[in-house]
Amino acid sequence: MNGIHDMGGMQDMGPIEYEKGEPVFHTPWESRVLAMVLATFSWHKWNLDAFRHTREVLPPEDYLRLSYYEQWFSGLRDLLVRRGLATAAEVENGVPAAGAAKTTPPLTADQVSPVPLSTRIHAQRDLQVSPRFHAGQSVRARNINPVGHTRLPRYARGKAGTIHRDHGVFVFPDTNAHFLGEKPQHVYSVRFAARELWGAQAPEKDCVYLDMWDDYLDPA
Amino acid sequence: MTPDLAPAHEHEHEHQAVPSEPALRVKALESLLVEKGLVDRAALDALVDAYEHKIGPRNGARVVARAWVDPAYKARLLADANDAMADFGFISRQGDRILVVENTPTVHNLIVCTLCSCYPWAVLGLPPVWYKSAPYRSRAVIDPRGVLREFGLELGDDVQVRVWDSTAELRYLVLPERPAGTEALSEEDLAALVTRDAMVGVAKVVFPPPKGNDERHS
Repeated sequence: MNGIHDMGGMQDMGPIEYEKGEPVFHTPWESRVLAMVLATFSWHKWNLDAFRHTREVLPPEDYLRLSYYEQWFSGLRDLLVRRGLATAAEVENGVPAAGAAKTTPPLTADQVSPVPLSTRIHAQRDLQVSPRFHAGQSVRARNINPVGHTRLPRYARGKAGTIHRDHGVFVFPDTNAHFLGEKPQHVYSVRFAARELWGAQAPEKDCVYLDMWDDYLDPA
Repeated sequence: MTPDLAPAHEHEHEHQAVPSEPALRVKALESLLVEKGLVDRAALDALVDAYEHKIGPRNGARVVARAWVDPAYKARLLADANDAMADFGFISRQGDRILVVENTPTVHNLIVCTLCSCYPWAVLGLPPVWYKSAPYRSRAVIDPRGVLREFGLELGDDVQVRVWDSTAELRYLVLPERPAGTEALSEEDLAALVTRDAMVGVAKVVFPPPKGNDERHS
């Protein structure tokens, strides 16, 4: 989806606002949103790609205005209802519907420590899938403009690069985000010369590496 | 080929109203989830505690310092970061994949996620607001040298800038250059010099550390 989230290469977004001694959370509610998002992943009712997409479909003006954890909160509410863990009325009122059954949380405190299990993405698959490309090969990123979720940024579409390395087999976000299957395939690190992406104004030696799925690439 | 994968109903996305008072709305949602048995409040507390107090840039700094003092460890780290980091216990060998990219006198690496906010949580903790912000995400790929200048880092023409856009489920960490004059320092003292910003690639590690440098890690 050609949304506002796909920001690579945009200009005039203003100076980078650096906060010295920034706290991990700016308010307690931010920490609760983070924890609720991580804990609810344990229901396996959605995946990280689907969660990312909830932020991408925010209206552009909201996407730019909302803080990171406000975006997360909005996405969590959306998925809870859409994936059937709560009703819209429950989310709106903060109270379980009359007669609603109480379940048992899949994530308990003892599972969190020391490494929070729910932060593991588990997107890699131990499957034998033939790679379409190999290190050193010249490739071109496809010019695709899907209206759904994709991890192929606009700034790289149609550009020529070189396979730097093969990362192995991973789930495909373009289908996974919409619960249309994992479509596991190879992901490669692809090197693009800065001049290929941005033209002659870019320094000659500089480059940008993107991680790209098989379905994003053609041989060049 | 990538077909138009999204079912139509997904795209009439009903843009829901954004809560006006986040603190109250968040509290209400937490009550709901606890009452329905969807989340365990103690698990939420444990998650907050982990990210507030246990998982942060100190993890990454220890890895960097070990790589500086132990060439064999550095070779392992660059070849298989998960395996090398598992030595410290804060990452699993089978966990999410991390890749370490090395700065040298002629190569400078910079990490960004232009599409969202991907960041190596296990070794740096949660990302700072600037990393997730539109100005950084938009310009890091088209004008990395300008971005670095904004952070006070001017690179010469002889240095190649490599930007890593985290578009998949691989997380990147920069192995900064060890500063001159640190030959006598212990691994622990070296780790204390390594900043989050240097491991993202927007700064170098400086020795002696600048006074009033409050980019401190808990």
